[in-house]
Amino acid sequence: MSDVLVRTSGISKEFSSVRVLDDISIEIRKGEILGIIGENGAGKSTFIKILSGIYTPTQGSIEFDGRRVELRDAAAAKRIGVSLIPQEFNLVETLNVYENIFLGEELRTRGGLLDRRGMIAHTRELMKELGAAVDPSASIRTLSVAQKQMVEIAKAIKIESRLLIMDEPTTVLTVHEIDILFALMRRLKGKGVTIVYISHKLKEVRSVCDRVMVLRDGRFICLETTDALEIDEMARRMVGRELNQIFPPKRKAEGEVAFRVEGLAVPGLVAGLSFEIRSGEILGFAGLIGAGRTELAEAIMGIRRVSAGRIFVGGRELRIRKPADAVKAGIAYLSEDRQGAGIITSFAVHKNVTLVSLGDYARPLISRAKELEKTRFYVDRFEIKAPSLDARLENLSGGNQQKVSLAKSLDTDPKVLIVDEPTRGVDVKAKHDIYAFIRELADRGLAVMFISSELEEVMGMCERIVVMREGRAAGQVEGGHITEEEIMYYAMGIKEGV
Amino acid sequence: MRKSLPFGLKTENLLSLGALVVLFVLSSIASPYFLQLRNLLNILKQVSFSGIIGLGMAFVIIAGGIDLSVGSMTAFIGAIAILIVNWLGGGFWAIAAAWIGAMILGAVAGLFNGILVTKGRVAAFIVTLGTMAIFRSLTLYIGNAGQFISNSDAYGNMGMSSVLGVPTAVWVFFILAFLLSGLLNRTRYGRYVCAVGSNEKVAAYAAIDIDKIRMLTYVITGVMVGVSAVLLSSRMNSVNSSDTAANFEMDAIAAVVIGGTPMTGGRGTVWGVVIGAVIIGMINNMLNMLSVSAYLQGTVKGLVIIAAVFIQRGSARSRNGG
Repeated sequence: MSDVLVRTSGISKEFSSVRVLDDISIEIRKGEILGIIGENGAGKSTFIKILSGIYTPTQGSIEFDGRRVELRDAAAAKRIGVSLIPQEFNLVETLNVYENIFLGEELRTRGGLLDRRGMIAHTRELMKELGAAVDPSASIRTLSVAQKQMVEIAKAIKIESRLLIMDEPTTVLTVHEIDILFALMRRLKGKGVTIVYISHKLKEVRSVCDRVMVLRDGRFICLETTDALEIDEMARRMVGRELNQIFPPKRKAEGEVAFRVEGLAVPGLVAGLSFEIRSGEILGFAGLIGAGRTELAEAIMGIRRVSAGRIFVGGRELRIRKPADAVKAGIAYLSEDRQGAGIITSFAVHKNVTLVSLGDYARPLISRAKELEKTRFYVDRFEIKAPSLDARLENLSGGNQQKVSLAKSLDTDPKVLIVDEPTRGVDVKAKHDIYAFIRELADRGLAVMFISSELEEVMGMCERIVVMREGRAAGQVEGGHITEEEIMYYAMGIKEGV
Repeated sequence: MRKSLPFGLKTENLLSLGALVVLFVLSSIASPYFLQLRNLLNILKQVSFSGIIGLGMAFVIIAGGIDLSVGSMTAFIGAIAILIVNWLGGGFWAIAAAWIGAMILGAVAGLFNGILVTKGRVAAFIVTLGTMAIFRSLTLYIGNAGQFISNSDAYGNMGMSSVLGVPTAVWVFFILAFLLSGLLNRTRYGRYVCAVGSNEKVAAYAAIDIDKIRMLTYVITGVMVGVSAVLLSSRMNSVNSSDTAANFEMDAIAAVVIGGTPMTGGRGTVWGVVIGAVIIGMINNMLNMLSVSAYLQGTVKGLVIIAAVFIQRGSARSRNGG
């Protein structure tokens, strides 16, 4: 018996004559964890969608366990034991855990009725196997993101999965939850399940994967054992050039206090937070998911009802009741939820760029020429790659969408910029660009509030960091001696004190 | 770059425009009378009344809503317009008052729908289903289930009038289509209507007052209903409390959908409504000329609506590349 589970021969995929995947021939070994890395648009998602039968390749063939297979649809792939855990969860929120796990494949009693007891028992077994504390009868709505992910995994391993494909599973997980996921992956591997793992987080790839494949612009770059590839080297191969310094140099801000918040409170979410940001300063906000950072930003923007607190921009106190008030006062917000709250995917590039600042282009008729001119400016400045200015945003990669979202926030000419997870789901090159832009904006006098769950980037970007926990500032770290451990101590409540 | 089409047409219109051309050719082959100017103007005139309402309905649907109350509202406002005309003596000022009164009443009725949908957080389908029943019932009550008949010849003459040989209602329909197309495509408000219908949360985060945008779509529709109600009631010089403007909601929604605006909202076209309305009118006309039973015309209309959505879905899928 050979130790190869999947062999792809010359797989290519074209969309309307654009080649997004070019001649991929690899072997995936039985029982290994194979990482796939690459920038957005490198072809990772296309490749796994072909493996899981969602796309059919334009050219090339797939062998599964030594036999040539034609995967016409996802069901065909499922039948031979391939399951995909998609980036976006595919759960019915109004149903409960076991109903989701058995959706479309419900167990029945001999009388033809639903075998609820059987399904619950089976679900409980699955959860035990996964080491996950999830009640089979709990409604999906009540679960945390990590628990939902466990349900997705349970769904996938309910059928005898031989190949489990995970598309960026850790994007929304906290550090602790990621550890649980990795332990689970190793356990599954021990049982002989082969795992394909896509991630932007190279450190994680290095810690959990046996081998790693690098794709760039739809082409195969290399497939090596993880030990042989340092993180810097991974990044270099993904980008195809040297990334000498990912973070721009920090600068201590000497400017006036441009933005001040005093005792801001949102019932149950933010408990009386105070801070100030100087002009030219990038103030970091670290903390675990659920610490209240996004809620704080939303409260400042007038999206959430505030119960107490005062907000000052340039020394003047504001009364913010709705987002329009915040925008008028010169505060801009880049949402963490790009597709949900940042951009309109069915709108063209220029219509997204001018979404908040449209008043400047309409008197009262919108000047399309002016819109396009300004959009061209941002496209050049942020190096946004788009087929045309008229292209709908759904045709752009995540990194380029994020740059458009940033352009949208900046087009109001703000004095204060709040960025919330600005590089989530964005490739290395775009990350690098976004860091540089934010630094540049600060250097030009903006006060920047930098919210991120990636400690590395908060530490790389910010001179001063507020660590939040349970809606409060659990601590503040400053200067050159910031360590990851110190931030985590504050974030997890091991250490206190501002 | 996408080439821009003349007259504010969009690529979404091409499908329905193609259907219009095919129908036109088929109809002219099927009957020699079809191409007579009088017949063509007659088709336009017949579809103008519900078509005008469809123009407003397009805004409601693009913003993600629906308005089922427009038919009953037309009858109600038409009845009030006739009462105003009669009450003020039927002269020029009486007619002017009827126009103004009808549009204000329409705006207020639309605002009522809009407030319930946005501030009251009741589904648009339910709110307007309710007001549909309310407006018809009020009309029946005030008119004692009978006719509202105008005493004014001038009012009736206005309804039958033409300008340069084209019926007034048709002029109004096209002028309003031109204005509302500009509103949708060239103003902030129009852009925001599409934004709200595409993704409410993004719109809210972009500092757009989504409730106000939505509410106004119902007000626009209400004003269109007011205009249509005066044109319709003056054309007959009367309103029948039980069946005037019956099924107008269906004709208006059908014109919007056949014209290429998806029921899911987020995008759409105003000129598409004109095309959709004319398609419906031509089909009815052809069925008449082929002496198909009037009772069967609803069946055909229903099939066309379903087919239109079906075809649009197919073309949307191919555009997204599978």
